[in-house]
Amino acid sequence: MTWSNLDDTRDFLISKVLLNPERDADPELKKPLSYIAGERIDKALIYVGMATCGRIAGADKTYRSIRTYLEERDIDAQLIEGGCMGLCQAEPVVDIQLPGKTRLSFASVTEDKVQLLLDDVLNHTLPDLPVTGQYKSPILREWEQVPYVEDHPFFAGQHKLLTSNCGRIDPVSVSSCIAKGGYRAFADSISRYTPLQLCEMVEASGLTGRGGGAFSTGKKWLAASRTTSDQKFFVCNAVESDPGSYMNRAIIESNPHRLIEAALIGAYATGANKAYIFLRKESALAGDRLEKALEEARTYGLTGHDILGSGVNIEIILKRGARAFICGEETALNKSLEGKRAIPAFKPPYPPERGLWNKPTVVNNVETLFNIPLIIQNGPDWFRETGSESSKGTKLFTLSGKINRYGTIEVPMGTSFEDIVHQIGGGVKNEKAFKGIVLGINSGSFITQENLDTRVDYEDLNRIGGVLGSGACVVLDETVCMVDLAKFFTAFFKKESCGQCIPCREGTARMLEVMENATSRPSENNSFQTLERFKGVMQLKSLAAVIKDTSLCSLGKSSPNAVLNTLKYFKKEFEAHIFERKCHANVCTDLQVYYIDVDACTGCTACFKKCPMDAIIGSPRYPHFIVQEKCIACGTCYDVCKFNAVVIK
Amino acid sequence: MEEDLGHFFEKFPNRKREDLIPLLQAIQDEEGYLSEKIISAVGRYLDISTNKIYGVATFYDNFRFTASGKYHFRVCHGSACHVTGTGMLVRELEKQLKVKDGETDKEGLFSLELVSCIGACGLAPVIAVNDQYYTNVTLDSLKNLIESFREIENSAI
Repeated sequence: MTWSNLDDTRDFLISKVLLNPERDADPELKKPLSYIAGERIDKALIYVGMATCGRIAGADKTYRSIRTYLEERDIDAQLIEGGCMGLCQAEPVVDIQLPGKTRLSFASVTEDKVQLLLDDVLNHTLPDLPVTGQYKSPILREWEQVPYVEDHPFFAGQHKLLTSNCGRIDPVSVSSCIAKGGYRAFADSISRYTPLQLCEMVEASGLTGRGGGAFSTGKKWLAASRTTSDQKFFVCNAVESDPGSYMNRAIIESNPHRLIEAALIGAYATGANKAYIFLRKESALAGDRLEKALEEARTYGLTGHDILGSGVNIEIILKRGARAFICGEETALNKSLEGKRAIPAFKPPYPPERGLWNKPTVVNNVETLFNIPLIIQNGPDWFRETGSESSKGTKLFTLSGKINRYGTIEVPMGTSFEDIVHQIGGGVKNEKAFKGIVLGINSGSFITQENLDTRVDYEDLNRIGGVLGSGACVVLDETVCMVDLAKFFTAFFKKESCGQCIPCREGTARMLEVMENATSRPSENNSFQTLERFKGVMQLKSLAAVIKDTSLCSLGKSSPNAVLNTLKYFKKEFEAHIFERKCHANVCTDLQVYYIDVDACTGCTACFKKCPMDAIIGSPRYPHFIVQEKCIACGTCYDVCKFNAVVIK
Repeated sequence: MEEDLGHFFEKFPNRKREDLIPLLQAIQDEEGYLSEKIISAVGRYLDISTNKIYGVATFYDNFRFTASGKYHFRVCHGSACHVTGTGMLVRELEKQLKVKDGETDKEGLFSLELVSCIGACGLAPVIAVNDQYYTNVTLDSLKNLIESFREIENSAI
């Protein structure tokens, strides 16, 4: 069976699948659908993982090289720009499926390995290349002695609901998306349910906002649907500017149709006829794929006027923000959409009552929305089965930092951080000692060795005084200086403060000063400077309390968290910086002490000539000496020494 | 100036306030930065005061008011890159290129920008020069990179 005619496929998918209430019971649909979905194929199918992380790792070159290979040998195969399977370290990923056989996933296929790979696989033999595994399939013949992808230690502990299709489908193709189960929830929503029923279903599921606020999504929708207005808006917040998290971008790049479908359901349920998807301009690929996916959805009549003949009108508009961290806050995001500076507004009135252009607006995060089609399709009770007692569903994390296996992961709520680090992540890199996990900048919470058994659960985290945040999960080892990290976070907040509330604008600047004093070498190390340094640290807590109490938005309120948590969990490091004036991790270069190894020094005078402070004394051909009182630890002598005679203590 | 920007304005026929940011982005994508002339022309077109436009444009990180260098260094400033040593790389770049974040050197050769998470945390630290990405950057590889650009420039003269 071939589907060469696009219109045939379109009519089939719309009439037989989307608008057919008996679709699940119809056994005759299965075969054509598996053809459209690319499970049953009549020529080889090659997917290259071309999400941003793949491209940075060189997937572009791999893709071009595969295309040339196929053209030169005149091989009839389908080459697809795929999404991200989550395991970033395996990039560039190439998946190959031969007719009748299961799909294989190869890791680290750089362009020079393409020939070896294709020569072997197209001849049905396994090449000597790292293979992540094969995908299980009930209808296809398996490769011998190849493990399953699901059994790979990185994936075994995961529970893929939101990311089940990521990296496995052609992201922009609407036909393969529908064949794989997409847009059915939306078709059911507009044909079977009233908007109010949908809001109640979402509320009953217990889904909460995944952007960090953890407010009940259903309550938000209900509030908007109860407000009467001539115009309502639905906004998808895809800003994701927390440094260290990119899971939203990855899932948009890998499955943009799911987001479009969810936005359509959300807009219908809340009574909006315009839905905005707001993302960062830097997420260029996610934006481009969304644009293409939107075009495809439009040709299927899934957006715009009179959708699927139901009389529902929903327009989806893609907006690319100009980057400011504060855009992640819903009221600020609305201001940015209006073409103004993104400055948070007072709440109440909450956006579901008065948001964009003073009209009722629901703002939902990407990850939250990815859950919606599943809840509609399988029911709220099904959704509540996954997760812990208090938190339902799954959570996405960007696992990165000093860890062996990294990437985008999805775990059920209730998974312990220990499992994330040791089972999924495969432990700390280079067998260094584990120091902690930092859960993103807007949370500022740390998970340390003592509370590593904490679970991904709002209540559990509350117990240790932490917040889940948006989903960054950066693993730290002994080589990371916590004071330096807290300084980095504070500098970030100082830069990103919108400037509206004085405590946040000025307070973060003062906090940064204190942190800089603690990590830098003063020009004169007298008792006054020392006193100032102590005083600053003493006052950090009260300063933080004022910022927390008097800032308007959650950005301001959470800005001191990182510093406070560093003081709480890593007090010893703070003390070492302030009293001993030492950075044990050797990160704060200003506190380093340089000295010259007399045995190694040849007296070449290179350091003597370059020292900007004239802190080095000595005569030619005799060992030199650094006068510590004059040294500013600029590191010049270390850089110029050809004999490794300058040593850092 | 209006004539030069006409093809941008055509894309935004509604002349609404909400068009401001997309319009500035479209212009900057092509022109490289927002000059005073551009801002006043946009102001006349959308009927917004130039003060307000500056207010918006300076608020967001994407907008530049000076041209970027021939080699535009973008350093990822995410948490993962920070813990793997971006700070050291930024110090080295500042020292070698003699520019700070958001600046361009006198010759118009190098410019430096610290950007929020590029999204390749696994390959940290990551820097990009124009559209080319460099991953797992070390101090030595960065030095070699800058040196290679300098050599290209010197041989061109």
